[in-house]
Amino acid sequence: MVQKQFKVVAETGIHARPATMLVQAASKFDSEVHLEYKEKKVNLKSIMGVMSLGIGQGAEITIIAEGSDEQDALNTLEETLKKEGLAE
Amino acid sequence: MGFLQGIAASNGIAIAKAYKLVEPDFSFEKKTIDAPADEIARFQSALQTAKAELEKIRDHAGTALGADKAAIFDAHLLVLSDPELISPIEDKIKTENVNAEHALKETADMFISMFESMDNEYMKERAADIRDVTKRVLAHLLGIQIPNPSMIAEEVVIVAEDLTPSDTAQLNRQFVKGFTTNIGGRTSHSAIMARSMEIPAVVGTKVATEEINNGDLVVVDGLKGEVHFNPTPEVLEAYKKIQEDFEKQKAEWAKLVNEKSVSADGHHVELAANIGTPKDLKGVIENGGEGVGLYRTEFLYMDRDQLPTEEEQYTSYKAVLEGMEGKPVVVRTLDIGGDKELPYLNLPKEMNPFLGFRAIRLCLEEVDIFRTQLRALLRASVHGNLKVMFPMIATLNEFREAKAMLEDEKAKLIQEGVEVAEHIELGIMVEIPSTAVLADQFAKEVDFFSIGTNDLIQYTMAADRMNQQVSYLYQPYNPSILRLVKMVIDAAHKEGKWAGMCGEMAGDETAIPILLGLGLDEFSMSASSILKARSLIRNLNKADMEKLASNVLNMSTTEEVVEAVNQAISL
Repeated sequence: MVQKQFKVVAETGIHARPATMLVQAASKFDSEVHLEYKEKKVNLKSIMGVMSLGIGQGAEITIIAEGSDEQDALNTLEETLKKEGLAE
Repeated sequence: MGFLQGIAASNGIAIAKAYKLVEPDFSFEKKTIDAPADEIARFQSALQTAKAELEKIRDHAGTALGADKAAIFDAHLLVLSDPELISPIEDKIKTENVNAEHALKETADMFISMFESMDNEYMKERAADIRDVTKRVLAHLLGIQIPNPSMIAEEVVIVAEDLTPSDTAQLNRQFVKGFTTNIGGRTSHSAIMARSMEIPAVVGTKVATEEINNGDLVVVDGLKGEVHFNPTPEVLEAYKKIQEDFEKQKAEWAKLVNEKSVSADGHHVELAANIGTPKDLKGVIENGGEGVGLYRTEFLYMDRDQLPTEEEQYTSYKAVLEGMEGKPVVVRTLDIGGDKELPYLNLPKEMNPFLGFRAIRLCLEEVDIFRTQLRALLRASVHGNLKVMFPMIATLNEFREAKAMLEDEKAKLIQEGVEVAEHIELGIMVEIPSTAVLADQFAKEVDFFSIGTNDLIQYTMAADRMNQQVSYLYQPYNPSILRLVKMVIDAAHKEGKWAGMCGEMAGDETAIPILLGLGLDEFSMSASSILKARSLIRNLNKADMEKLASNVLNMSTTEEVVEAVNQAISL
């Protein structure tokens, strides 16, 4: 299992488009990928799960991946978050 | 064959097959099933069909409406791939031996109520997304066709209960030849849209969606307000002839595109157009508009889930100003409230929205929204001949407050080194009787008036224009209205200012002779009415119309006025 913490910097938080991009990215991997925020943990392959967290600017989030391609998954998601200016 | 009488909302004759834009019946019963595996397969198949359909819509939206609108469908597609939604449905089918429809509905409803119960407006709206996509799957399970107006690929006449701005935005102008609706009047949203799209429309037929079936041949007579479906060969032939004559008449008017709007005795007036988006400019130019007399900016704010940014607004305003090449463009600041709602603003429901918190009243309270718009307008002002107009002004203090905010933003921009046009005319909509009555005082401070007759009539007669039972009170030619109009025009002229009109009345054949006689300077109407109005004005003598105007002001009923105008014009 691998995990990493991020801080959301995007003004809009993780809504709509950013959420769509993260879920699309996570869905490409076989590993189980989860997103944790305020002690709530949701499946990062679930758009409704991600949106239900209501992640705003400044939030501390953790991405957890577990499975055969876990490191790959985490790296890709980190890249997506940074490239889109969502989190650091 | 069949016939329906409605209200003529947009000129012309359309003949095409009916395309019904109505919500289908999604009812079904809960059933116990014997073979869960087969039921899951049936569910999966409906799911895949729905996805394929959504992908098609997304790709089409991408090319037709832009990447922004297409992104919504990406999110919808993800919902249909969401393991948190799909697994519980399949589990339910397996463990409870229920039909897929029931399992889908129960699971989706759980998520919908979860999102609806959140206290964040954005989240609440996601409930609508889930409802929307699961409906699509449900439709495939039930074997029902959901209408997809954006995918229409043959010539049709749209038949609907009513058309919302988002419905009309999805309509493809190439294939939609006309429409007819159950509800609405000449000034309802759907009617205004039809005129700006320049397609024939008949609204307020009450029963069009019940009487007309998909695929029926429909004739929409936007001249008389009639709808014929599955007409006899005789009726069809007659309409083809009328359609041809109308096209000929239009071609005749088209010759006036580059002519001036001058009366027979040499008095010039300005014929301008009402527009909603930069896309409408094409129609303005093709119809020889001498300006934009009303740019309704609220469309920038509608059909989205957040406010438009300053930059987005600036881009639209600039496009319109540049498109008009130095001709006057009157931009009306945000007029929201009343019948035009913005869900993301979270405004409380009101008992009397038309008398409530709307337009300038809202802008002076929600100053951030207003200031953003003013900044965008000021920045765009260097690209053309901009005039700014505030809606729903009831008191001079409201105008002064709005003007002060504009001056304030202007000073800030100049300090930031941004270029702003030196002089921008500032005017007001006259649509509240108090303002019309006090026009002499307003005229000392504003640069121009634009009379908004749709609301002025409704407020003067105290008759809701959306309520069909009191629609007989919508009387543009009532002498009381005409006297108010005269007061406004006279007040403007006394101070050396100009007066225009941007309500439906400005393009009305019966009203134009009177308005010309009263000395109205600018007539702003649907682009499609301009050439007809120009042709009419060129045949009128202003001196004669002045006599007509002073006569009708002393009449007592609408009927007498109409009679007098008819006589005067036929002379």
